[in-house]
Amino acid sequence: MTDKPGLSLSIRQQRPITLQASIECRAGELIALVGPSGSGKTSILRAVAGLATPEQGHIHCNGEAWLDCERRINTPAQQRHVGFVFQDYALFPHLSAQHNITTALGHLPRKQRAERAAQLLSLVHLEGLEQRLPDQLSGGQRQRVALARALAREPRVLLLDEPFSAVDQVTRRKLQQELVMLRRKIQIPILLVTHDLEEAAALADRIYVLHRGVTLQNGAPETVLNQPQSAQVARLMDLGNIFTATVEQHSEEANFTRINWLGQRLNGRYMPEFESGEQVEWVIPPSHIVMHRRDRPSRGERENPVSGIITELVSLGDSTTVSMQVESVTQKTLIFRVATHAARRNALAIGANVTVSLLTDGLHLMKAQITPEEHADS
Amino acid sequence: MDTQALELSLKLALLTCLCLLPLAIILGRILAWSEFAGKGFVEATIALPLVLPPTVLGYYLLVSMGMDSTLGSLYHSLTGRHLVFSFDGLLLASIIFNLPFAVQPMQRAFEAIPKNVREAAWCCGLSHWQTLWRIELPLAWPGLITALALTFAHTLGEFGVVLMVGGNIPGETSTLAIAIYDRVQAFDNDAAAYMSASLLLISFITIGTVYMLSGKRRFGHDR
Repeated sequence: MTDKPGLSLSIRQQRPITLQASIECRAGELIALVGPSGSGKTSILRAVAGLATPEQGHIHCNGEAWLDCERRINTPAQQRHVGFVFQDYALFPHLSAQHNITTALGHLPRKQRAERAAQLLSLVHLEGLEQRLPDQLSGGQRQRVALARALAREPRVLLLDEPFSAVDQVTRRKLQQELVMLRRKIQIPILLVTHDLEEAAALADRIYVLHRGVTLQNGAPETVLNQPQSAQVARLMDLGNIFTATVEQHSEEANFTRINWLGQRLNGRYMPEFESGEQVEWVIPPSHIVMHRRDRPSRGERENPVSGIITELVSLGDSTTVSMQVESVTQKTLIFRVATHAARRNALAIGANVTVSLLTDGLHLMKAQITPEEHADS
Repeated sequence: MDTQALELSLKLALLTCLCLLPLAIILGRILAWSEFAGKGFVEATIALPLVLPPTVLGYYLLVSMGMDSTLGSLYHSLTGRHLVFSFDGLLLASIIFNLPFAVQPMQRAFEAIPKNVREAAWCCGLSHWQTLWRIELPLAWPGLITALALTFAHTLGEFGVVLMVGGNIPGETSTLAIAIYDRVQAFDNDAAAYMSASLLLISFITIGTVYMLSGKRRFGHDR
């Protein structure tokens, strides 16, 4: 048992899905649980809320045991004081926005409930819509009512299950901004389940990467995105640019580790934990690939220069994603992004030659965990 | 017009509704949300009165409520009254043959409530009783109204089971449907026509009123 403020859980189960997760979330911290469907993200939220009981483990909140399988403690959902925003909001369809919120205000004297509900509706910018039924509200407004209802309980933990998945892009951005603002006002642990990696990286203090119920890695978003512990994490985080290579040498003075990528030598971040001759996987985020100006070569060309032919160009607004087939290593494609105006200025086109630098501090090595088929693919 | 028969029919229909309502809520809720061994068997048993000829059902009820039966003798020892050919027995039979009309609409209504709406209520701090009263029953209202309407109307019109279990004792078991049959047998066509028209009107008004009520209270998910 822990007396630390915040949420601490370690749960294990075999059914209905395998789950083996440990999470520590401090008060005021926002943790994003990411992973593919069926990875156990929502199951963790349900266990914290008391809507599902894992076979083994414990859940403590602010030092209070909500679940302790060994001591046979299992506090009912009603007594856990959890704010839960469900994926489809689960508003009470027969009650107005105001009454949806007052339903969660049972801990207050009856006379104070309407006033508190009005405050909460004001907090989520829904003044004037108190009497609307859920089906008279837009998706974004429903999400706000669900959030206000979750906060009404004065929760000790806030659980958000894909809260932005059912709204359009514009509303999503707005709601995400509001969540950032709201976090400053409430100092409780927040668990956010999301499929959207950009959302996780933008909102969370830490990311837990889950796969088949097991935590593969947790850390700050930039750590998980730039230094994944395994190729599996890199693939789950959709990093692309994952290849195999052999470690050649380490240089502590120059702060790099050199790898041999099918004949092409590249310098990566200094990682002495890998032995010379060891087969590794390496990854480089698109953000650490710098394209050289085609008209005027720059000094950056000295840093892991790699040349190739453009095989695909996809422009999405300000950013253009470029796929480049590497010349020196056949059948390998690097993906990087450039500003659309830079792509235009450099006259990038399919079939054009281009040279990029793989920035040393972005080239990250990982233990090889590949099957022969994957090796052939990489 | 046999007002005694009319009163008896209305009394039987109202009491049947009153007794079946909590039973239908409990059974409908369990069948909607619980998975257990033999659930199919329970559902089939509840649905049996829909397919059994009333005389068959009446026969088994008559046998199981007679003085020689455990139920009949137990009831007699407890109350000093008989179950067969009495209003008490008629009420019990009415509850049994109306089970599917009350339970099935309730079950469908509870099934239509999303699971996470109930879970949201628990997360809001509502106990299971409060969730039933404040969330589930208002959402299951159309099913409840349908169950009451069907039970009420079906009780008013039931003939075969009533005749088998209750016979034709004026003031005790002679309902309006039995009285109509009795009048036809006695070639009193005027009385039969008058009572038939009354039964038709009462049934129509009852069903019309409850469906109007249920229409006004349909919310969100079943709009």
